[in-house]
Amino acid sequence: MSNTMKLTLKIWRQKGPKDSGKLVDYPVDHVSPDMSFLEMLDVLNEQLVEKGEEPVAFDHDCREGICGMCSLVINGRAHGPQTGVTTCQLHMRSFKDGDTIYIEPFRANSFPVIKDLAVDRGAFDRIIQAGGYVSVNTGAAQDANNLPVNKNDADKAFSAATCIGCGACVATCKNASAMLFVSAKVSQLALLPQGKVEAQDRVLNMVHQMDLEGFGNCTNTGACEVECPKGISLDNIARMNREYMVASLKKEN
Amino acid sequence: MSVLDSKIPKSDLKDKWTYYKDHVNLVNPANKRSIDIIVVGTGLAGASAAASLAEMGYSVKAFCFQDSARRAHSIAAQGGINAAKNYKNDGDSTFRLFYDTIKGGDYRAREANVHRLAEVSANIIDQCVAQGVPFARDYGGMLDNRSFGGTLVQRTFYAAGQTGQQLLLGAYSAISKEVAKGSVKMYSRHEMLDMVIVGGKARGIIARNLVNGEIERHSAHAVLLCTGGYGNVFFLSTNAMGSNATAAWKAYKRGAYFGNPCYTQIHPTCIPVSGDHQSKLTLMSESLRNDGRIWVPAKKEDVMAIREKRKKPTDLAEADRDYYLERRYPSFGNLVPRDVASRAAKERCDAGHGVNATGEAVYLDFAAAIERYGKIECTKKGIVNPDSMTITRLGREVVKEKYGNLFDMYMQITGENPYETPMMIYPAVHYTMGGLWVDYNLMTTIPGCYALGEANFSDHGANRLGASALMQGLADGYFVIPYTIGEYLANDIRTGKIPTNTPEFDEAEKQVKERIEKFLSSKGTKPVDYFHKRLGKVMWNKCGMARNAEGLKQAIEEIKAIRADFWANVRVTGAANEFNQELEKAGRVADFLELGELMCRDALNRNESCGGHFREEYQTEEGEALRDDNHFAHVAAWEFKGLENEPVRHKEELVFENIKLVQRSYK
Ligand SMILES: Cc1cc2nc3c(=O)[nH]c(=O)nc-3n(C[C@H](O)[C@H](O)[C@H](O)COP(=O)(O)OP(=O)(O)OC[C@H]3O[C@@H](n4cnc5c(N)ncnc54)[C@H](O)[C@@H]3O)c2cc1C
Ligand code: SF4
Ligand code: FES
Repeated sequence: MSNTMKLTLKIWRQKGPKDSGKLVDYPVDHVSPDMSFLEMLDVLNEQLVEKGEEPVAFDHDCREGICGMCSLVINGRAHGPQTGVTTCQLHMRSFKDGDTIYIEPFRANSFPVIKDLAVDRGAFDRIIQAGGYVSVNTGAAQDANNLPVNKNDADKAFSAATCIGCGACVATCKNASAMLFVSAKVSQLALLPQGKVEAQDRVLNMVHQMDLEGFGNCTNTGACEVECPKGISLDNIARMNREYMVASLKKEN
Repeated sequence: MSVLDSKIPKSDLKDKWTYYKDHVNLVNPANKRSIDIIVVGTGLAGASAAASLAEMGYSVKAFCFQDSARRAHSIAAQGGINAAKNYKNDGDSTFRLFYDTIKGGDYRAREANVHRLAEVSANIIDQCVAQGVPFARDYGGMLDNRSFGGTLVQRTFYAAGQTGQQLLLGAYSAISKEVAKGSVKMYSRHEMLDMVIVGGKARGIIARNLVNGEIERHSAHAVLLCTGGYGNVFFLSTNAMGSNATAAWKAYKRGAYFGNPCYTQIHPTCIPVSGDHQSKLTLMSESLRNDGRIWVPAKKEDVMAIREKRKKPTDLAEADRDYYLERRYPSFGNLVPRDVASRAAKERCDAGHGVNATGEAVYLDFAAAIERYGKIECTKKGIVNPDSMTITRLGREVVKEKYGNLFDMYMQITGENPYETPMMIYPAVHYTMGGLWVDYNLMTTIPGCYALGEANFSDHGANRLGASALMQGLADGYFVIPYTIGEYLANDIRTGKIPTNTPEFDEAEKQVKERIEKFLSSKGTKPVDYFHKRLGKVMWNKCGMARNAEGLKQAIEEIKAIRADFWANVRVTGAANEFNQELEKAGRVADFLELGELMCRDALNRNESCGGHFREEYQTEEGEALRDDNHFAHVAAWEFKGLENEPVRHKEELVFENIKLVQRSYK
C-alpha cells in the first residue's frame, strides 16, 4: 500500500490509580487510512509486546459505536476530531501523514483512572440505580398495545434512550457535569406513560446521586452536546430542569 | 438408552409448558432469601434472569467482564426481536413461530423447547414495553413490525437499528432496580475463570477481579452461565472483542456436555474485510434485506471493470445485473434464511463475480427501495408528476428513518455513501447455535449449573432465524428460569450457605493461579493475537461456510500444532495483580484453541449438511444442504475426557411429533 502514514503518538501512561502519569511518545509507521483508530493502537500494542514492553491499556469492546466502552480524548476532543462518532468508529483516514496525535483518558474527578487510558465510570451505574428505571416486576405487564404512545413522544423517548453511557459529555465539560447523561434517562422515561408514575421521585433521586458522585454543575456551555457521539440533545437538560423544578415544588408542599 | 435425559414434560406439545408450570416445585418466599444464585453474564439472558430471580426473593450475585452490566454484547443487536403477537393480522400464531423456528433450524432443534419459546414470546414484548423500552410505533401509537428472513409474516418488533441496545437497557434498568434494593450484588470487571463442583453439584465460581487481579471465591446454590456465544474462535466475527467461551468451556471441562459445537451461523450481510489489520467485522442488519436487493454483475467483464474502478455499480443496466437470490428463490427472494443467503454469496464469489479487490463482496442495493418509498411519499404529499430528484430525496428520507444508524456506520467504516452507491457486503461469523447442552429446565449435565441465552445450544437447531436470539435470551431469563430453577432449588432450602474454605474451592483456585503463572512466566516472543489470528484462519478456511472431511482432519492437526506453539512461544506482559488486558486475552485464546478442535471434530462426525453446517460431500444437485434424517436427527453432546483423550460423543435423539421433516425449500 502506497498511501500509508507515519505518525507520532503522545499517549498518557499511568501505572495505576495512585500513580502519577505522563505523556510518552510512540512513533508508528505504515498506518493504513482504512484502519480504525483502535486497530492502529492494536498494532502499536503488538509491537510493544514483542519488545517486552507493557501495551497501552484502553477500554473497548463492541468496536461499532454502541457499547459505550471506548473512551479516549484524542487531540483534546472526547472521541476524536469527528462529530457523531465514538472512538472505535474513528478511522485513520481522518488523519494525515506526519501528524502528531495526543491520546488521553476521559478525565473527571468522578472517573478515576484505572490504568493508562482506562477509567472507572461506576458513578454512572450508581446514578441509574438511584432511579433510572420503571419499577415493574417481571410478569406484571399488560398487553403492550393497551398503552398507545403518541409517535412523536415515542420517537423523542427513543432518541434520548440512545445514550450509550460513554461519559464523553463529562470528559468534555469544563465543570465535569453529567447533566446530559442523566437528563437523557430522565427524559426517556418522563416522555412515556409507563415512566410518568415515578417521574418525580426519579428525577430527584438521580440528581441527588449525581451530586453525591461529585459531578460538576451545568453552566449551559453546550460543549457536551457537540461531543456526544449519539447526538443527545440539550433539550433533554431543559426537560430535566423543568421536571426537577416541578418535583421539588411538589415535595415542599 | 442415551445418558441424556431432556426431561420433556409428557403431554401434548401445546400443553407441555402449562402442565409443567402447574406441577413444578416451588420455593417458599421465606426460603428464597437464604438461597444464593450466581449469574455469570449480564446480557439479555443474564440481566433478565438476575433481575427476575432477585424480584422473586433469591439472593443474586451477577458478574460481567465489562465495566458495566449495560455493555454486554447484546447491546449491539440491531434488527429486532420476534414475537407471535399477530398485531399485523397476517396469520401469525404461536404454532407458526414454532414451525418457522424448527424449519429455519433445519429440523435439528428440540420441539418442546421451541414451542415454549414461541408461547412466551408475546409476554416479552409486554414486559419490555412496561419497562419503557421505546419500540418503533406507527402514527396510531401502536407498535410497528417488520419482516425478517425465513418467514412470511411480519412479527419482528424493533427500535430503529438498535433493538438490542434498547432491550438490554431495559433489562439493565431492571437489574439496577434490584441492585439498589441490595437483592442483586453486581460484580463488573470480573471474569469467571473456573467453576467449582461440590458433591457433584455446581456450587460456585472462581473469578478474577480485572482491576486489581485478585482471585476471588464465590459460592452459591446454583450457577447460571449466561455468557454469550463463541464466534470469536474465528478471530474475525461480528462479536465484541471480549466475547469469549471461557465460562462455558470451563463448565465443559468440569462435566457439562457441549451440544452441537459445529453449528455456527455465518451472517450474509457484513462489511467485507479491508486488510490484515482488521480486528472485527461489522454486521449490517438483516432487516436491510427487507428493502435492499442483493446482486452481482452478470458478466465477468463488468466485474473486472468494477474491480479496476473503470465502472461504477450504478453504471450497470438492470439486464446486466444478477439478482441471484431473487433468481434462485423466487418465493422468498432476498429474505431467504441466513445460511442459504451466505452460501449463495459464496457461490457467486467463488465463481468469480465478487465486486471488490479481494473478490469477496456482493452488492446490497437500495436504489429500488428509495424510488418506491419516494413515490409513495409523493402520493401522500399530493405531489403530481414528481421529478426524479424529488422522488429520490423523499425516498432517502424514508430509508434514513428506517436504517439511518446502519447507513452511518457503513459510511464511517468504508468511507462510501450507501444512499448513493450500493453497499458492499460479504458473509461473516455471527452467532453460535451450539453451546452447553441443557435439558428442558435449562440445566446442563452438571446439577445446579444452568446455561441461558446464546451460551446454550437449545432452540435454534442448525441455523437461527433473524430476531430470534433476543427473543430466546429474554425468554430464558424472564420467563423460563424463574420457574424451572425452583424444581432444583426446592431441595436446597435446608442446605445453608455454601462455604468457600473447602478443598474444592482450594483446588479450583490453585488451578486458576497456576495457569496465570504459566502465562506470565512463558518466555515466548509472540503476542496472543498472533496465535488467535492463526486459529481464526484455520477455522474460517476449514470449518467455516463449507467443510469437508479432509479439511477438517487437517484442521484438527493444525489446531493442535498452534496450541503447542502458543504454550511454548506466547508472551504475556505485565503482572497478575494488576489491570492486565493481555493476560485476559491469553486466557480466552487458550480456551478457543481447545474449543476450535472440538468444533472441527463435531463437524467431521456429522456426515450430513444441515443449516449452517455445510459438508461439501452432502449436497443436492442444486447445491442445497442435504440432510440425513435417518442417521443424524439428533443432538451431538460431547463429554470431556481430558485433553489427551478424545471426547465422547453422546446423542439426544430428536423426536418430531408435530412437524413433518421435509427438505427445506425457500423456492
Ligand atoms: C452485531 C450483532 C447483531 C445482532 N442482531 C440481532 C438481532 O437483531 N436480533 C436477534 O435476535 N439477535 C441478534 N444478534 C444475536 C444476539 O444479540 C445475541 O445472541 C444475544 O444478545 C446474546 O445474549 P446473551 O445474553 O446470551 O449474551 P451476551 O449479550 O453476549 O452477554 C454475555 C455476558 O456474559 C459476560 N461474560 C462472558 N464471559 C464471562 C466470564 N468468563 N466471566 C464473567 N462474565 C462473562 C459478559 O460480560 C456479558 O455480560 C446479534 C448479534 C450481533 C453480534
Ligand atoms: S449523553 Fe452522549 S456523551 Fe453523554 S454518556 Fe450519553 S452518549 Fe455519551
Ligand atoms: S467499543 Fe463499543 S462503543 Fe466503542
